[in-house]
Amino acid sequence: MSIDWAALGQVFGVTLVVTVGIVGLFTVGIVGTARTRTEGATATADAGAPSTGARLGGLAAYAVCAAAVAYGIYLIVAA
Amino acid sequence: MEHITLLIGIVIVTALVFDFTNGFHDTANAMATTISTGALQPKIAVAMSAVLNLVGAFLSVEVAKTISGGIIDESAGIRPEVIFAGLVGAIVWNLLTWLAGLPSSSSHALFGGLIGATLVSVGTDGVHGGAVVMKVLIPAVAAPVVAGIASMAATRLTYRLARGRDERETAKGYRAGQIASAALVSLAHGTNDAQKTMGVITLALITGGVVAPHADPPLWVIASAGMAIALGTYLGGWRIIRTMGKGITDIQPPQGFAAQTGAAATILASSHLGFALSTTQVCSGSVMGSGLGRKGGVVRWSTAVRMVVAWCLTLPAAGLVSAGAALLADQGDWGVAAVAILALGICGAIWAASRRKPIDHTNVNEAEATEPPGVVTAALQTVTPPPAGTLNPAEGEEPAPAASAPRATTATAAG
Repeated sequence: MSIDWAALGQVFGVTLVVTVGIVGLFTVGIVGTARTRTEGATATADAGAPSTGARLGGLAAYAVCAAAVAYGIYLIVAA
Repeated sequence: MEHITLLIGIVIVTALVFDFTNGFHDTANAMATTISTGALQPKIAVAMSAVLNLVGAFLSVEVAKTISGGIIDESAGIRPEVIFAGLVGAIVWNLLTWLAGLPSSSSHALFGGLIGATLVSVGTDGVHGGAVVMKVLIPAVAAPVVAGIASMAATRLTYRLARGRDERETAKGYRAGQIASAALVSLAHGTNDAQKTMGVITLALITGGVVAPHADPPLWVIASAGMAIALGTYLGGWRIIRTMGKGITDIQPPQGFAAQTGAAATILASSHLGFALSTTQVCSGSVMGSGLGRKGGVVRWSTAVRMVVAWCLTLPAAGLVSAGAALLADQGDWGVAAVAILALGICGAIWAASRRKPIDHTNVNEAEATEPPGVVTAALQTVTPPPAGTLNPAEGEEPAPAASAPRATTATAAG
């Protein structure tokens, strides 16, 4: 009986990097496209709207996440 | 399809029933947090999961050549009776844990059942002890740890990054992301677990000489296995969904997204790097991790401990039931009949017991715990273990509609 530490460590590393990476990127996407917090009910529709740059960055982050999902589907199908 | 004996027929039906309980049991993995964060309506969530499970069953070209992945020696005289007994043990254990609302691994139940039946019918030579440790025990310990740490880190990060944003606004994004992650988990589940049942049925057909050895499963086997798992998924193990979505911790959209993404990443990484981890344990672990990752988040350790106890018991308990079933089934035709009747009786009794406190899509999001909400309670719970869970799980599921709404405000205040 031998425990395959290398495989376990690899799984752990890849999982950690991918999870944190995807969640982080997706959050960047959300933050980039969401309004900043505005005070209560006085907020108008335009208040706190993200800048064009932030919005583009957010969309790019979303695109990377979509690619990751596509790769995940590829992994499942090709298995 | 010619020359299918009655016994082979019984094995096929039993395998499909197991497949059904498998889908039923594992809906929670993909959909529990999706339902509890409100990303999808309960019925829509289970329907989506069912469709993806069905699709998954047809997708994979890699057929489950061995039903147990080398844990039992399938050449050492595994007869249909042994497979039958193993399946019965797995089904009974799956239903018992469902009644208790505990997520436990369906694969471990199947392994345990087959091991128990093999030990009785074939002897210790039929079981590879090293493979049990490598394929069951180590992954069972590793899965929740790996998924939990990843989800905890991801939860921390996402809360940090999204600070200062309108929570209602970001929640929409998180929910959308969570649906994608949950879909991946469902699809992966369909390809993995439906394959297992196909493997069992194919093995039964091979031992009965209906199909040639090493043959791929016939189309009707793939279709029926896919249908069984999809039907089970659609009917939904609402008890387990409630435990995972509400019982372990209170999940907010960012946590649900982090947990589900962590689970999807762990499942895909592990199955493609050759260190398969159990879906159930991965998902439970990631839910716990996301509970720990949020400031002011509370993991109900009494529920978590009950769950871990169920994991530890799964293999031996399913094995024990199957060992008894194998002993009886080995007596001949009347033995097999007796096992079938007993199994039906037990399943009926469990179902009857579940009807006393039904949990379905209408009350799945009601909080399980009854402790009064409050900032002090939340703070205390982080430093002291929460009140011990009731031993009788039926009592623990006492619905407390009032508790869920105030809790949410508490959590926001604390976070």
